[in-house]
Amino acid sequence: MKPGWILLGLALLLPPFLPISDYTLHIIILVLLWAFVYTSWTVMGRFGLVSLGHGAFLGLGTYTTALLWNHYGLSPWLGLPLGVIVAVAVALVIGYPCSRLKVVGHYFALVTLALTEVVRLSIVAWRDVTGGSLGMTPNTVPPNSFEAMQFTRFTWYWVALAAWAIGLYVWHRVDRSMTRAAMDAISDDETAAAAVGIDVTRQKLAVTTISAAMTAVGGALIGQYQMYLNPETMAGVGVSLQIVFAAISGGMYVILGPTVGAVLTIVLQEFLRILFGTRFIGAAATIYGIMLILFIIFMPTGICGVIVDKLRKRRA
Amino acid sequence: MDIFLVEAIVNGILLGGILALLALGLNLIFGVIDVVWIAYAELVMCGMYAIYWLYAVHGVPLPIAAPIAIVFVAILGVLVHKLIISPILGSAPINQLLATGGLLFFLQSFATLLFGADFRNIGLRLPIVEVGELFVSFARLLAFGVALLGMLGLWLFLKRTYVGTAIRAIAQDREIMVLMGVDPSRVYLITSALGGGLAGLASALLVLQYDVHPFIGLSFGPITFMICVLGGLGSMVGGFIAAFIMSQIISVGGFYTSIELSYVLAFLLFIVMIFVRPQGLFGVKS
Repeated sequence: MKPGWILLGLALLLPPFLPISDYTLHIIILVLLWAFVYTSWTVMGRFGLVSLGHGAFLGLGTYTTALLWNHYGLSPWLGLPLGVIVAVAVALVIGYPCSRLKVVGHYFALVTLALTEVVRLSIVAWRDVTGGSLGMTPNTVPPNSFEAMQFTRFTWYWVALAAWAIGLYVWHRVDRSMTRAAMDAISDDETAAAAVGIDVTRQKLAVTTISAAMTAVGGALIGQYQMYLNPETMAGVGVSLQIVFAAISGGMYVILGPTVGAVLTIVLQEFLRILFGTRFIGAAATIYGIMLILFIIFMPTGICGVIVDKLRKRRA
Repeated sequence: MDIFLVEAIVNGILLGGILALLALGLNLIFGVIDVVWIAYAELVMCGMYAIYWLYAVHGVPLPIAAPIAIVFVAILGVLVHKLIISPILGSAPINQLLATGGLLFFLQSFATLLFGADFRNIGLRLPIVEVGELFVSFARLLAFGVALLGMLGLWLFLKRTYVGTAIRAIAQDREIMVLMGVDPSRVYLITSALGGGLAGLASALLVLQYDVHPFIGLSFGPITFMICVLGGLGSMVGGFIAAFIMSQIISVGGFYTSIELSYVLAFLLFIVMIFVRPQGLFGVKS
């Protein structure tokens, strides 16, 4: 490993010790956690499997963890893996027929859209247990309880950093794997890929499983960090689209793309919120919406995609 | 039979009329231009706000406000095509879907900016019609009737006029029509205006029954896509029947369980149907 990388790694550990406000640290943690979720989405999104259903995995991860803790006192350290199992099971139940029956493009987007709404509405309908659309709060214990996965903001920074780094590592491994080559071939021409002996279903389910599992982990962590869960913000169409758009605007074909997307969307949102205050509710999201349309029309490979392209051209 | 169950069935039929109208507009765009306007229900929201603004804020009578809103949403439809869809018509279909997804965010938040997040009501109370032991809201009956008329009008337009024939022809074969000397971009514009107009008509009918708020589109947008696909792309009859199946599931399902669970049931049915009959109930296998 080059010394530059080690220095960078050490620098990343520093922020909690720096004289920055609690608020800044909070924003950094949010960026890291959401960047992890956005990175998870691109693991399958980059291969043309545009899922509008990641809100479902996010919701399943976070609600399974919190519900088991609140109702059975099961530690989130056990609840989180269970949430991941639930999310992966759902992903396979939907993903397998999608792949076998060649549900792609628009249809794949609409099936996953239906899935995310099923999860959101089920959470709302099961209001006796989940708190419905009012949301729920995990039962609190004194701060920095390891068992309850409730830490101080100081500790949360490292947890978020670790999750983010693992996310990037998984992305990198998938990027260098045979699965990546196979998936590239599949997204180009599924029939041709199958003809040269690629097990299309197996490859698709592999990336779907990784993506769903990571998203569920991200959901559980975000829920534990915020200590508040709401079906509208943790499941459903709204958050699914938020995930897709942040990943696309950052750039889904570059490792740091989703992270840039997270920085961009969260910082922009906070900046505009402070700039406009409460006088213009919706101003931030209005500007965000216009940006998304422009991004998809003019730079579909996202910010990082454009930068990488420019660098390559200069080198050539 | 339980009178409340009968009421649920009747309300389901009445809801089906509006859903059919919405699905028809979306189906037209989906079938002809091959684009999913994820923000379709948000266009309806714009129409509802237009009527609210004209009628409740400025006192314009409803019979004048409604046509203005329809034209307004039709123009929005043209703008959506001109500004968002046509620059990326050549790129992957999923990009077009995502671009209108950006529009969804934009319209929702722009409406919040203009009107706030409050629920707005036009403050018009239409009478309740009593048929035997049955109570039916007049607004729903009116909406059902007008929706049927609107669909009939569209059907006649597509079957009887030259432009309508061109639209149907493009939906059948995009490549050949260009060789026959039809300018697809003009047909696309007319289709977008028609789709927008239908959304405008639906908004005029919905504003009589529901409060308008920036996120109302999310409550019937997804179900409209499901109906559209369930009926089979390009099949007007299929979409019509699928709308009534879905509305019965929602209405009668809601009667036996809860409104959320009935929607869950409808979405699950959609997922299963995509796997069993991907071409839709009445679609033709390509």
